[in-house]
Amino acid sequence: MPAPIKIKKGLDIQLVGKAVKNIINILPQTYATKPIDFIGVFPKVLVSEGDEVRAGTPIYFDRKREQILFSSPVSGTVKEIRRGPKRLLMEIIIEAGNTLEYVDFGIADPIALTREQIIEKMLNSGIWPVIRQRPYSFIARPEENPRAIFISAFDTSPLAPDYNFIVEGEAKAFQLGIDALRKLTTGKIHLNVLDDTATSQVFLGTKGVQISRFTGPHPTGNISTQVSRIDPINKGDVIWYLRPQEVLMIGRLFLSGKYDATKIYALTGSMIRQPAYYKSLAGACIHDMVNNNTLEGNARYISGNVLTGTKIGQNGYAGFYDSQITVIPEGDYYEFLGWADPGLNKYSFYNQFLSRFFPTKKFSLDTNIHGGARAFVMTGKYEKVFPFDIFPMQLIKAIMIEDIDLMENLGIYEIDAEDFALIEFIETSKIEIQSIVRNGLNLLYKETT
Amino acid sequence: MKGLRRYLDKIKPAFEKGGKLEKLHSTFEAIEAFIFVSNRVTLTGSHIRDAVDLKRTMSIVVLALMPPLLFGMWNVGYQHFIANGMEASLWQNFWFGFLQVLPIVIVSYVTGLAIEFGFAQARGHEVNEGFLVTGMLIPLIMPPDVPLWMVAVSTAFAVIFGKEVFGGTGMNILNPALTARAFLFFAYPKEMSGDKVWIVDKPDAFSGATPMGDAMIDQVDKIPSPMDMFLGFIPGSVGETSTVAIIIGALILLFTGVASWRIMLSVVVGGLVMGWIFNLLALNEYMLIPAWEHLIMGGFAFGAVYMATDPVTATQTIKGKYIYGFLIGFFAVMVRVFNPAFPEGMMMAILFMNVFAPLIDHYVVQANIRKRRKRWQKKGIPDV
Repeated sequence: MPAPIKIKKGLDIQLVGKAVKNIINILPQTYATKPIDFIGVFPKVLVSEGDEVRAGTPIYFDRKREQILFSSPVSGTVKEIRRGPKRLLMEIIIEAGNTLEYVDFGIADPIALTREQIIEKMLNSGIWPVIRQRPYSFIARPEENPRAIFISAFDTSPLAPDYNFIVEGEAKAFQLGIDALRKLTTGKIHLNVLDDTATSQVFLGTKGVQISRFTGPHPTGNISTQVSRIDPINKGDVIWYLRPQEVLMIGRLFLSGKYDATKIYALTGSMIRQPAYYKSLAGACIHDMVNNNTLEGNARYISGNVLTGTKIGQNGYAGFYDSQITVIPEGDYYEFLGWADPGLNKYSFYNQFLSRFFPTKKFSLDTNIHGGARAFVMTGKYEKVFPFDIFPMQLIKAIMIEDIDLMENLGIYEIDAEDFALIEFIETSKIEIQSIVRNGLNLLYKETT
Repeated sequence: MKGLRRYLDKIKPAFEKGGKLEKLHSTFEAIEAFIFVSNRVTLTGSHIRDAVDLKRTMSIVVLALMPPLLFGMWNVGYQHFIANGMEASLWQNFWFGFLQVLPIVIVSYVTGLAIEFGFAQARGHEVNEGFLVTGMLIPLIMPPDVPLWMVAVSTAFAVIFGKEVFGGTGMNILNPALTARAFLFFAYPKEMSGDKVWIVDKPDAFSGATPMGDAMIDQVDKIPSPMDMFLGFIPGSVGETSTVAIIIGALILLFTGVASWRIMLSVVVGGLVMGWIFNLLALNEYMLIPAWEHLIMGGFAFGAVYMATDPVTATQTIKGKYIYGFLIGFFAVMVRVFNPAFPEGMMMAILFMNVFAPLIDHYVVQANIRKRRKRWQKKGIPDV
């Protein structure tokens, strides 16, 4: 076996509230599918309020690519089509019926199917959006032959779910999912695992994949980090990527012929009384998880992790790609002479606080920004949490001045906004780096296609 | 503190848009943010943020400037009493220096901050913390006997033309504190050189020249002992004399990671290399002084630790930092030994390299770009 790939740069933020390995089954009343989870999608709704749907019934499609459908994760009634400012379609809420009924897409063995048949089945069932592409993190283009498909079987972000635990007993569905994916590319399927004895046999025993072992702090689990070490993206390259639960969903489609959106979420964060794993469906309302399970006080509910997740309400819905719900305290308080505090209880990447002398201490961080926005001042810090052969500050500045050529030359195709999350976290000048990078990618796409 | 918070909340609306005192919004915001770290929360992106901010970082630098400041105050008194042939206790020395230096510090801060607040208000920005450091650096590189109005004029020049015209902290090309010093040097050369300004109330009969001044006029034999220069018992600008005090400050900056160790190290290496080259050439007496002595003479150590490492005006890339630092040390010693007009080369070397820092970065970044494009070419991607 080849030696594990070591990532040296990065940062593991030590937070309180890791989920204990215990699965609780819940059946929330409502579910939502949120077009805003999908970057670059212009949704057109196919249902109206009051319509009956089954799990797998298409709810909307992408106006720009009409074959890409988005299905209901559950059977029941369309309760509300919720729009935001400028009539932006925010979420379509479905109230679950008494029994879970599925649209039947037919059982099939992906090995016996052609590429076209597999794609057709995945498109019709609305499962296709689980496959995303880099650059840009859009939903993959079915007609494209990606250079390779990458699956990161571990997540290194703060309080991340343990996929080894989540995929337990799912070897068959996982292998079927991989079998289907193998038909979609002439390149390799890379399954990247953590170099750890706890890595599940579900991953290690999978056939038809190239397994690479990784070790290192966050963002080692990010797709870009792994791709950059295995085969960096060049201009014009496209790779596809998925997370393990998404492979399982594909596998189950072929195994049972159903759009089975079963998903296990890690409920984490310092505001949660009993952090644990919850089994439900994609787009589940988090109310049943957090109700009576949250500590007193003003809380921030996040679908995803604290670095890249989306803010949702107490009765909000899990995002399509998220396997984690995090609840942390809001930081809307004033702090007297906060900048002069010796900082025994303040978490920082820098050696400017006493807490640095307690490296194993875990923290409960809130959403306070801890300072005002400033121009770039400090240098040489970003590089310590950014394991790419890219100059991060120069790239950010190239994006800010909207210089497309410079962005390309500085390696924008190799990264995504999430790779800058740690930089945004440690940024002394409190600049919103992830938004800048996302805008840069959007601009790049607009100008080059 | 709740009372104070309530009071601020009560008067806040007057400073908001449409309020009576709208024109003082930036000033209010700066004072409020100084007393209370804001209650603002994240909206997008990373939901949690590091406890650090620019105020914290800048206060660490100010803290690291305390050893040279305190030693400098003592030394100003010490040099004064020695020159006048008087005996004085540690406290008398310190107190004399304190009374001499404090007004310079106050003038520097008041002038600079007034201008900063004015610009922030005019632009509708928040007041940036950068001047907290600049305001302390300026007194430390002034001769102790400098007239206060000169401090005010040079600080104003540095803040307006060295920084604000470029857009404020983070946008400036030249180190603002050194810009102030350079302005003084060129605007008032008579007052800023020779042996007059280095000792307060110096009697004419006493020499009072700095080691740099002595060395420049080929009086190398008059240079004080290395131990005196290392400890700092010599005339000079307020904060530059004691290498020991500067090393203590450097340790604070290095431990906290606020200043780049790469720059500090490479400045020292650059100075040593130039010193050794001069040793080899050995054309005059100045060239013969041991290379390492350059490190403890004049403003070399102070410049290496506090000036060259200014992140805004230094190079931003890691490779660039080595080159930038090395050339500063190299040129500083070269200017010292060669140039008859400037006894000290550190200021000129740093300002010179400030100007070239973006160019160095440009070539470092180009190397990365070339590497990436070679990879593209290998894959047959047409050149863009």
